[in-house]
Amino acid sequence: MATQTYLEFEKPLAELERKIQELHELSGDTLDLKTEIGKLEKKAEQIQADIYSNLSRWQTAQVARHINRPFTLDYLELIFTEFNELHGDRNFGDDHAIVGGLARLDGEPVMVIGHQKGRDTKEKVYRNFGMPNPEGYRKALRLMEMAERFKLPIITFVDTPGAFPGIGAEERGQAEAIARNLREMARLTVPIIVVITGEGGSGGALAIAVGDRILMLQNSIYAVISPEGCAAILWSDGTKGEQAAEALKLTAKDIKELNVIDEIVNEPLGGAHRDHEAMARNLHEALSRNLQELRKIPADQLIEERYQKFRKMSRFVE
Amino acid sequence: MGFFSKRNGVQATTEKKRVRVPEGLWTKCQSCGEVIISKDIENNLNVCPKCNFHFRISARKRLAILLDEGSFAEHDAGMVSVDCLNFKDSKSYQERINAAVAKGGSKDAIICGEGKIDGTPLQVAVFDFSFMGGSMGSVVGEKITRAVERGIEKHTPVIIISASGGARMQESILSLMQMAKTSAALAKLKEKGLPFISILTDPTTGGVTASFAMLGDINMSEPKALIGFAGPRVIEQTIRQKLPAGFQRAEYLLDHGMVDIIVERKDMRQKLSQILKMLYRQ
Repeated sequence: MATQTYLEFEKPLAELERKIQELHELSGDTLDLKTEIGKLEKKAEQIQADIYSNLSRWQTAQVARHINRPFTLDYLELIFTEFNELHGDRNFGDDHAIVGGLARLDGEPVMVIGHQKGRDTKEKVYRNFGMPNPEGYRKALRLMEMAERFKLPIITFVDTPGAFPGIGAEERGQAEAIARNLREMARLTVPIIVVITGEGGSGGALAIAVGDRILMLQNSIYAVISPEGCAAILWSDGTKGEQAAEALKLTAKDIKELNVIDEIVNEPLGGAHRDHEAMARNLHEALSRNLQELRKIPADQLIEERYQKFRKMSRFVE
Repeated sequence: MGFFSKRNGVQATTEKKRVRVPEGLWTKCQSCGEVIISKDIENNLNVCPKCNFHFRISARKRLAILLDEGSFAEHDAGMVSVDCLNFKDSKSYQERINAAVAKGGSKDAIICGEGKIDGTPLQVAVFDFSFMGGSMGSVVGEKITRAVERGIEKHTPVIIISASGGARMQESILSLMQMAKTSAALAKLKEKGLPFISILTDPTTGGVTASFAMLGDINMSEPKALIGFAGPRVIEQTIRQKLPAGFQRAEYLLDHGMVDIIVERKDMRQKLSQILKMLYRQ
């Protein structure tokens, strides 16, 4: 990436890296400056490690939403080969907030589906900020059912603020589209691996997140409502996202402790947005390994284990 | 000053029109504004005798209206929520649970069990909207899942009567997972060829609509019930447009193909009996 976008809490790092950049520009090949630069780089690395080993939940949410964070199409380029995007729900339209299609992972064909956000303003609008309409979920289901027919494993990437709340979305059955996916994904006869890559925003995320293995990237988040939405309800103040993020326990670590996910995939130092290739390598390894395990399980057993997996996700006393 | 206080006074009365008048001898209808003897409304299944407005009713009363007398046997009545995330806003989740239990006597937002409608045995789950807005946490999800599994085991139809604001925020990710869990159970029921009738009553929104409530073989609703995914306020704030008249009401959903049939409360038992007998043979 040409330019870094720094988050508020990365300020000390931003200053240091700017200094390093200046020194680089000043120096030709002066040995003196090289050692100086080397020292500063070490320091920058240390600061980065310090910041990222102590992220608050709210800070994690900001990393999860980072504009330079790899999105589904980035992973498709870095991990998979021969990606052929397939469009449309055969019913109403093609939703650009969800992409999907055939691709190869380690040479084997798979179906890949994921939310897609945009980076610049134009693309953000084109992708509707990663918030799907019903036709997005219906496209996803159409592709998943196709995968089942041709015995292809399914890999989904989850990164959405939530399903789009609009008039058209309601008219075309946003709730029905999500609900149907939840029911149908529970019974698909092929392995499903779900990766929460960025924001796992409520029902809009879950609608492509029922699977046999659920992975979360280290700095991704997953919750029943956005911190801002939660704050708006609880304190009638959408700016209290920080407090809400704490209450919602939305980090990968929190959710692993609740046994809702299977695995946390480590991010490179300073977050996935700092090094797409390194992130992709980590994720590739996790996908290959999990898929290899799942391929060995007969379909009947796979479905029953998937059922039991979600069946156990609750806490109560009686 | 006098002018302003008068204006405030006028505003206050218009505001008041929307507020439900507390239960007493007389009740003012939320819809037509008529002041009616409360007993007359109660004796009319909590429906306004003047304008047919359907007031919200309790889960127990719903069961009494729909099921054969004496046929109901409750299951999982003792199940209670736990504050697994230590969730705290102005009050802790535990305090909210305790307050809700003390207020209504129910232990959570749903009552489940088995019963009969006109002789047809079935599993039934009814939401209690007065318990934390009928929100779905682990207890609601678990009780619904058990009801569906009981339907499979005993080979009976399942009816869920929803009235819910959606997933329960205080259980965060666990409440979200109840959507997947309940829908997965319904997938099994569907494979067994057993009917699921979803009755959506006022209001049914959020994660409840976006899971089991929309998955009925028959989606049935009461007149004018609010049914949607996102709440109207959220939509208005997002798109910054006025919402169309009747938006997200049962009739609107019927028009857009999301609800099969709108049934008045007084006819619901009979309609259910007819439909169940056509879909299901013991």
